[in-house]
Amino acid sequence: MDERTSPGQKDFTIGTEGVSLYYGAFRALRDVTLEIQPRSITAIIGPSGCGKSTLLRLFNRMNDLIPGVRVEGKVLVDGASVYDRDTDVVALRKRVGMVFQKPNLFPSSVRDNLVVGPRQHGLKNEAQLSEIVERSLRQVALWDEVKDQLKRPAQSLSVGQQQRLCIARTLTVEPEVILMDESCSALDPESTLRIEELMHDLARTYTILTVTHNMEQAARVSDMSAFLMMDEDRAGTLVEYAPTGEIFSNPKDKRTEAYITGRFG
Amino acid sequence: MNPSTSQRIAKVVIWAAALLVIAVLLAILLFILIKGVPQINWQFLTQIPRNMGRDGGISSTIVGTLLVTAVAVLVATPFGVGTAFYLTEYTKESRITRIIRFSAESLAGIPSIVFGLFGFIFFVMYLKLGWSILSGGLTMAVMILPTIIRTSEEAIRTVPAPFRDVSFSLGGTKWQTIVRAVFPSALPGIAVGVILGIGRCVAETAAVILTAGSALRMPTSLFSPARTMAVHFYIMAREGISIDKAYGTAALLIILILIINVGANLLVNRFVAKGK
Repeated sequence: MDERTSPGQKDFTIGTEGVSLYYGAFRALRDVTLEIQPRSITAIIGPSGCGKSTLLRLFNRMNDLIPGVRVEGKVLVDGASVYDRDTDVVALRKRVGMVFQKPNLFPSSVRDNLVVGPRQHGLKNEAQLSEIVERSLRQVALWDEVKDQLKRPAQSLSVGQQQRLCIARTLTVEPEVILMDESCSALDPESTLRIEELMHDLARTYTILTVTHNMEQAARVSDMSAFLMMDEDRAGTLVEYAPTGEIFSNPKDKRTEAYITGRFG
Repeated sequence: MNPSTSQRIAKVVIWAAALLVIAVLLAILLFILIKGVPQINWQFLTQIPRNMGRDGGISSTIVGTLLVTAVAVLVATPFGVGTAFYLTEYTKESRITRIIRFSAESLAGIPSIVFGLFGFIFFVMYLKLGWSILSGGLTMAVMILPTIIRTSEEAIRTVPAPFRDVSFSLGGTKWQTIVRAVFPSALPGIAVGVILGIGRCVAETAAVILTAGSALRMPTSLFSPARTMAVHFYIMAREGISIDKAYGTAALLIILILIINVGANLLVNRFVAKGK
């Protein structure tokens, strides 16, 4: 069905090569090199303020919105350097979707929230839009719950449903990568589990990068884990990057071990 | 003084201050309405003033007021909102934004008679528009521009950041983000600025009298001279032509402003409530 899952297709490549990021004079990331496995879940973990979200936002250039940001090194999406001068940022963000910390729906109906993206990319045909709405809602297992409430205000749904709707909204523009910035931190445990199940399903088709504070979640949900920490200059550096099982059972770096066993952070 | 006594005194003083403000407002409103409302009848609303305003109604001044205000708002709103979007979305804080903001602030502090003089020299004389609704409206547009810029800028700045983030993250361009995500959310605030502008247009005398003139005839086009209600009221009272008609005009002016405010509020609420 989906072209991306058909055999023989070149795998999507995403990662960073020696990336440093500055907010003005402050260096927030130092020399991060990370090769992401396509169609898997990579968790970025680490203590508060170590640059996890900053690292995540490199991939869809959302850091661009902050004045005074400068990036050195290479960020690759599909082998192309996204910080090249001639990068089409709009096209990049279409391919690299993002789910935020809190459900951030527009104060309009369920359907209106889902058609924002496709409309932005020029789709006007209502029947096609309806198809996208149904498909994306089915992808996040929300269709049966809200199919009779598409005209209802999106913000009247439960917080868990809202966050799944946000994921559906990300899927409407058919991205290849999904960035999740602590997307479960505002949710109750049950809703969190539902999102995690969903992430597993989606990882068959999409490459997922997730930032999380929740160690158990990282252990449960991710295939690979990247442990980030501030160095002596308070710049975020990549300490260890390995399969999640290894990181949690047999970390190579003492600092990783200390963090995972809860000695700091 | 023991704390509970000072607390009691403070409470009384603060309440008195608040009540006094409401009392003053009510006194003015009631005074005008009691004197003015009996003057308002069908004839007052539909006939043009006769005999310098001693007889007849004030229909031409109502039309004059509406047209001058409409020209001002239609001209000032796009420029004002555009400037606000430029300041908030399209530039970083810099010397230029400070100059623009300072200019707008300065514009807001200029006495209206100075705008009147400017309008007279520039629109009436230099551009040869004569005393006309167009001259008056354009002058008022310049005058209400700072209000619209400032309130719109404020409104745009208070749009929650997540709205922008979502729009950008879905691959929206800056323009799409502004139109679809920022503008709807800023609209109530922008509307407040426009309403304030309307209020100022409706109430202005000095600037209008110098640019739109004070003709009593029914205006037939944007190039007709016209007398607005506020100007009519001023002339009626000032020259002692008819104090009764002056009160009637004032009462209608107050009612008009009330209707505009309430109507705009309803409109904004309905727009905002959509989808809630």
